[in-house]
Amino acid sequence: MSLYASRRSANSVATTLCWVAAIFGLAWLFVILGVLLYEGVRGLSPAVFSEMTPPPGSAGGLLNAIAGSLVMTAIGVAVGTPLGMLAGTYMAEYGRYTKLTMVVRFINDILLSAPSIVVGLFVYTILVHPMGHFSAISGAVALALLVVPVVVRTTEDMLLLVPGSMREAATALGAPRAHVVGKVAYRAAKAGLITGVLLAVARVSGETAPLLFTALNNQFWSTDLAAPMASLPVVIFQFALSPYKDWQQLAWTGALLITVAVLALSIAARALSAGRRKSK
Amino acid sequence: MFSIEPSPRSANGAGGEAGSDMSEVVLQQAAPLSVAADRTRVLSRLALVDSLFRQVTRAAAVIVLVILGGVIVSLVYGSWPAMKAFGFGFLFSQSWNPVTENFGALPAIYGTVMTSIIAMLIAVPVGLGIAIFLTELCPYVLRRPIGTAIELLAGIPSIIYGIWGLFVLAPFLQSHVQPALIAAFGDIPVFSTLFAGPPYGIGMLTAGFILAIMVLPFIASISRDVFETVPLVLKEAAWGIGATTWEVTRYVVIPYTRVGVIGGVMLGLGRALGETMAVTFVIGNAHKISGSLLAPGTTISATIANEFTEAVGDLYTSALIELGLILFFITFVVLAIARYMLMRIEQKSA
Repeated sequence: MSLYASRRSANSVATTLCWVAAIFGLAWLFVILGVLLYEGVRGLSPAVFSEMTPPPGSAGGLLNAIAGSLVMTAIGVAVGTPLGMLAGTYMAEYGRYTKLTMVVRFINDILLSAPSIVVGLFVYTILVHPMGHFSAISGAVALALLVVPVVVRTTEDMLLLVPGSMREAATALGAPRAHVVGKVAYRAAKAGLITGVLLAVARVSGETAPLLFTALNNQFWSTDLAAPMASLPVVIFQFALSPYKDWQQLAWTGALLITVAVLALSIAARALSAGRRKSK
Repeated sequence: MFSIEPSPRSANGAGGEAGSDMSEVVLQQAAPLSVAADRTRVLSRLALVDSLFRQVTRAAAVIVLVILGGVIVSLVYGSWPAMKAFGFGFLFSQSWNPVTENFGALPAIYGTVMTSIIAMLIAVPVGLGIAIFLTELCPYVLRRPIGTAIELLAGIPSIIYGIWGLFVLAPFLQSHVQPALIAAFGDIPVFSTLFAGPPYGIGMLTAGFILAIMVLPFIASISRDVFETVPLVLKEAAWGIGATTWEVTRYVVIPYTRVGVIGGVMLGLGRALGETMAVTFVIGNAHKISGSLLAPGTTISATIANEFTEAVGDLYTSALIELGLILFFITFVVLAIARYMLMRIEQKSA
């Protein structure tokens, strides 16, 4: 009977600990979001979206940083997505069982979680150093390099979910392989492919480390891709570490904007792929 | 293809005249030649497009490999001056002096490893606890929402954790937790060094704690996915012979998924080692190894983030790039092991 009791008490101790772990873990995460919401909303005003980043000790907005982030993310995604999709297509459609695919899959998975600051160093060595100055375009290239692994991974996964019988049916009708891929497999996996792109955008829109020494920062409005450009994460980094109250407030507000954008993108990506998962 | 039958449309005879029938027959007789020519032309074009597309996708796959190769080559190239100047001593030297251009990586490596260890000590038990909670204990209604919330939190950029750590966590630790730790462990031999004051707020412990919160969602969601690969029959069999929930977890779920759980933990470790922004805010950027966990230190990524743009002189820049190379090497090994283990559990469940 005592064995029975000790097993029961071990069970209740362990399950209680799991409950505590879950509450402890989730509590921190919600505390962070709560503080972010509180501090960020306090600084929200039309000026945030209409004025430039201010000089030390005065009020201003984040317009140039928001614009810079959008521009560099757009270029990064526009460059990285086709490359990632083509590579993912090769892995799922042409070379599904080849050595090359296995190696690329392994390397890609590592690139997926490799430290992003190393990507920044890489782009610095191949672009910034030879050019002699920081530039928005090298920031965009760094972001593109972070987009590629995400898109490769989702493209491959989503194409692998397309049933082989659909490809066989198209092939039996005489469609060449490129058409089977382009007009059948891509269409069947469309929602998943878009999900991958959304996830990639979410991933890079908060990236700070690779931009620090590629795009650097710019206090003014700039559309010159060959010049340094401001971005939200870098501005947050600089402003948060400053001693000025106005700057710190803008950092919180910027952090809130990024978080809202990232969460919205991830939720949209989930909603898109939800239908797929159900049908599976 | 070749047919002298009148087409069905005109056979239905909606006012069709004999003349038009004749012309159709003539046309269809003439067709085969030009169709055949068209066919070969179209087919060869399709074949060309086909092989072109195939080659382009293959090239893209190769480019992914080239990127990795490029990263390694460029880092080695960039750190060459520092390698020549310091040799292997770089790894074991504690000095970091931009003025005399004497650099060593040991404090940064120590900080990286130490903060990651602290993070893992907190995040692994809590993360596994959350995963067990989600797969075994949580009411069914809440499983999906909580699971989704955790996955969403895993996607929040690290700079958010960093700014929170700087403005909220560090002051809180400084005023409440650290004085208590110093007082509590002041008389115990080993711990009195580990928790020696003064309470700065920022430092190794704070950085480790932030990292723990950051990798927590990764570890929790991967472990949950891995736990869900356990066949229900196995668990039911254990319950059937009277095992408690904890016994099912301890003797069925965890042994079955051990490789995958270790893979997930290693993946989290990879993230913690390479994490930049969350740490840079709260580490204090001090190039020294201190026995106390409350003292400021530095990590590889924090050093690069803080100093790279201000580095003057080729040797300084090169030393920072060599730090990056070391970081890349460490995380590469950890992530490779993680992926290998996760691959094994995937094969098992397939």
